[in-house]
Amino acid sequence: MSKQTPGTQSAIDRLLSTINMHSHSFDDGTAHVEIHGNQVLNTTLVEGLKVESQETSSGVDVDILVEAGTIIEQPVYFCFGMLENGLQHIRMNVRFGTKAKAHFISHCSFSNATEVEHIMDANIHLEPGAEYRYFERHVHSMDSGIKVIPKAKVQLEEHSRFATEFELIKGRVGLIDIDYEAECGPHSVLELLSRISGRQDDIIKIREAGNLSGEYSRGVLTSNIAVRNQAQAVIYNELTATAEGAVGHVDCNEIVQDEAQAKAIPIVDVRHPKAHVTHEAAIGSVDSKQLQTLMSRGLSEDEAVEMIIQGLLRK
Amino acid sequence: MGIIELKKVSLSFEEQQILFELSMDFWEGHIHAVVGPNGAGKSTLAHTIMGLPDYRSHTGDILFEGKSIKELSIDERAKLGITLAWQEPARFNGIKVREFIRRAGDKSSGTKSPEEVMNMVGLDPDRYLDRDVDTTLSGGERKRIELASIVAMHPKVVLMDEPDSGVDIDAIQSIFHVLEWLKDHGTTVIMITHSGEVLKHADHAFLLCNGALVDKGTVEQLSSYFERKCVPCTHKNVPDEEALL
Repeated sequence: MSKQTPGTQSAIDRLLSTINMHSHSFDDGTAHVEIHGNQVLNTTLVEGLKVESQETSSGVDVDILVEAGTIIEQPVYFCFGMLENGLQHIRMNVRFGTKAKAHFISHCSFSNATEVEHIMDANIHLEPGAEYRYFERHVHSMDSGIKVIPKAKVQLEEHSRFATEFELIKGRVGLIDIDYEAECGPHSVLELLSRISGRQDDIIKIREAGNLSGEYSRGVLTSNIAVRNQAQAVIYNELTATAEGAVGHVDCNEIVQDEAQAKAIPIVDVRHPKAHVTHEAAIGSVDSKQLQTLMSRGLSEDEAVEMIIQGLLRK
Repeated sequence: MGIIELKKVSLSFEEQQILFELSMDFWEGHIHAVVGPNGAGKSTLAHTIMGLPDYRSHTGDILFEGKSIKELSIDERAKLGITLAWQEPARFNGIKVREFIRRAGDKSSGTKSPEEVMNMVGLDPDRYLDRDVDTTLSGGERKRIELASIVAMHPKVVLMDEPDSGVDIDAIQSIFHVLEWLKDHGTTVIMITHSGEVLKHADHAFLLCNGALVDKGTVEQLSSYFERKCVPCTHKNVPDEEALL
């Protein structure tokens, strides 16, 4: 089930090469979709996965359905990219049917562009028992003119699970403004993790909000951020628990070097006597004992700091 | 001439004197124990030799192979072959045991693989090398992993702060085995210890009390310190002779 826009093979190859992949990477029948700017270059699907797309003047509208009961064993790959400057606005509706299960890996590549705005507006709906794991890795150039603005509204019905990881640790951030909101039904599980490294005058804004309104729903919001030079980070993590047995945890770790600035604003709002939400925030320079341990093995201060930051971002 | 020589090293923090004119020689390829009551300045001595930032303001001099290292940073001292094992090793989120050990070996003449050094400290490489050096490991496990990284580094001098603290009896035997291996391979070991059992593995011993060196000699000579349960001095820098009798 493959649909490729004629004459786009070289564009697909150029896009995939920026993330160290190739068309042959998918020879095993893995589902994959490549979108460049406002053009859908390729859609290769598997049974139970439906993707319908509509090109717009500034991007693409995409509807994704994983049909009820479908379990997709191999990850589904998405590659969004722009090799030239401009605006890419992706509107995405994702629906997982009852007990559907899949793992999406999304690469967003702006490795050559210098003035790009990438906007993602996603609506995600997980029916009962569905499980959606979403990993999004950004590959940016070392220039600062990239703006990434991902917004998502997530609806988790009972016993469903949504886990997402957002990673931007290579290249310049430019401006990133993440805004995720999730409504968690009974016994559902929400896990949001961000790993971002900013430098120079990069700006990182994250707002993640989970409403644990279903009984025995669970949520964990984790942000691991490193900022250097004059970079700035502001992290709002908000968990509200309004039902019996709802349990949540907010964890924010930020390493600040040079003249960089970081703020963590955890909001924990519990409105039921049998709900429980905790939060933890650690912001500061590199831990001196970690630094001194590595330096006492012969690493320079810069090497030791880099190793510690990369460790935090891998966590 | 020792590989490490202290020449009248004194150190004060906020007008409180922590080390008092310490002059000590540590001999190449020998195991030395530094004993003394809590607050005697033993860990401070190790941190001062390693050159940790808060301990650089000392007076007097520290020589390594006859040359002053007083102005050298931690990593410069490490590149000469001096390293430190902490009493409570650091935790590293996101750093695998394998990488932690490998980076120590990369910067030195050490030739042993992560697998070999893990076996030497009694930890199964298959079980541990791909784990993070974080809170999922016990203090004793991290202690042995730190020791493994030191074997990988194969330093000329290792400062070991309380090598037996927080480890079980089996692990202690592994640590003693590694101490002997380091000595046999030319490493000078300087152990800070409260333990008579650890002291037995040393060739020489020093007794500190309130920042001053009050005795030195063979292990047999100094072991009476443990038998008599040295009482900390009641006044600074002038050891109470009765406590040492």
